[in-house]
Amino acid sequence: MGDTICREDMADQYGLVEKSKIMDAARMKRALSRLASEIVEENQGAKDLYIVGIRRRGVPLAEKIVEKILQLEGERPLYGIIDITLYRDDLSTVGANPIVNRTELTADIENKKIILVDDVLYTGRTIRAALDQLMDFGRPNRVQLAVLIDRGKEHRELPIQADYIGKTVPTKRTEIVKVMLKEYDDDESVWIYEKSAD
Amino acid sequence: MDKPFRRRDLLGIRNLSAGEIVGILNTAENFREINQREIKKVPTLRGKTVINLFFENSTRTRTSFELAAKRLSADAVNISVSSSSVTKGETLVDTAMNLDAMQPDCIVVRHGSAGVPHQLAKVSKAAIVNAGDGANEHPTQALLDAMTIREHKGKIDGLEVAIIGDILHSRVARSNIHLLTKLGAKVRVAGPKTLVPNDFAHLVENDLQVSEHIEDAIDGADVVMILRIQKERQDSAFFPTLREYSIHYGLTNERLDLARKDAIVLHPGPMNRGIEISSDVADSSRSLILDQVKYGVAVRMAVLYLATGGTAISE
Repeated sequence: MGDTICREDMADQYGLVEKSKIMDAARMKRALSRLASEIVEENQGAKDLYIVGIRRRGVPLAEKIVEKILQLEGERPLYGIIDITLYRDDLSTVGANPIVNRTELTADIENKKIILVDDVLYTGRTIRAALDQLMDFGRPNRVQLAVLIDRGKEHRELPIQADYIGKTVPTKRTEIVKVMLKEYDDDESVWIYEKSAD
Repeated sequence: MDKPFRRRDLLGIRNLSAGEIVGILNTAENFREINQREIKKVPTLRGKTVINLFFENSTRTRTSFELAAKRLSADAVNISVSSSSVTKGETLVDTAMNLDAMQPDCIVVRHGSAGVPHQLAKVSKAAIVNAGDGANEHPTQALLDAMTIREHKGKIDGLEVAIIGDILHSRVARSNIHLLTKLGAKVRVAGPKTLVPNDFAHLVENDLQVSEHIEDAIDGADVVMILRIQKERQDSAFFPTLREYSIHYGLTNERLDLARKDAIVLHPGPMNRGIEISSDVADSSRSLILDQVKYGVAVRMAVLYLATGGTAISE
């Protein structure tokens, strides 16, 4: 993944069949607004909040949450980016080395309330890698997880749950949830695809 | 592990494409941030072994590779010639096979003879990284030089780069000439005729400008790269005395004034102050010698990552 993908490519290049659209741009916007207000409610404002997007698709989502919190509280929370490539647990088994992108945590995370933001929560392994990396940067006061889509607890391979969920979508293993963002894709929507039978 | 270990050697710049070079540089850019962290370590190469096999003395390069390996959580072992069995009569191939039997993932090798890393690559299952072979190549030095240039000039394409000094014996010069011309820079070389033969003009496809006078090469240059004069060569009649070399080829502020106003100065180290470079120049803000060393660690992290992890990113 990672490159710009349009919906036709999903079928042509990856052998995936489009099954259903589960969110359009308006619903995504509303879900993110709700996540932002839940975050400030739970943390009693924007003080010490540090929103951290997980590359790639967690990054634009995190930016949108930051803007929403600014609107709600009149205060811009700290913002950073984490690239988990170097902390993956499957480096020795994946064929090609994934491309390493940059982690940008310029502000100190010490004693901050970190909100990790990702597009889809599935096995939980990405979050494990993000947590490990975060701990190498210091000792936050608290770490919480916000995701746009939770694919359901039955897929989890680690004891990791989200604190803020845009939408829970029960899925099968053969299905793929694709979050399209205008920053990377030609659309702003969430789709379920299924690997084609052949 | 049921998958075969896929190796990716870095033997030189000459056989890399421009896209591959840019791929390594981009990867290195992203590793730089790790060296600024409080905890300068990521778990990426945990469980991998890197052997630094140095048949020639080197403090900077060996330390740089060792730190790069350690910051990626690989286990790094250093072998230097004085303590090795080579002095006891073992052949190079036997040494390599013995090291190989210990299952390293990567062997970083420096040797006084050209082609040794290539030889090792044929017999070893580990990825081989050339850390300098004779007068042939020193690819990671050229990569870190390129990274320094890119950082300060924003690009390499279209730049005028002067390389001054003992080009004949310099692996740094060869690797740099290949890399810079592949990425679209124009390279001029200058030095005493004995150390800069005219043949050098044809080392790469688009000819180099070769001159005997340092002023010709520096005039209007964006980057001035000074090579170390190896004092041991003084006795081999390539140039009369160090003093004379310094008078004709030493980089002084007056000479540097011929270059563009924003020109930068590079030196692969260790420097001979007052011989190939004056202290004024070496300590000026135009000299990026310590930046080169800094970027060296990031470049070597990228190279080890790409060499040990699987197939390299091409673009």
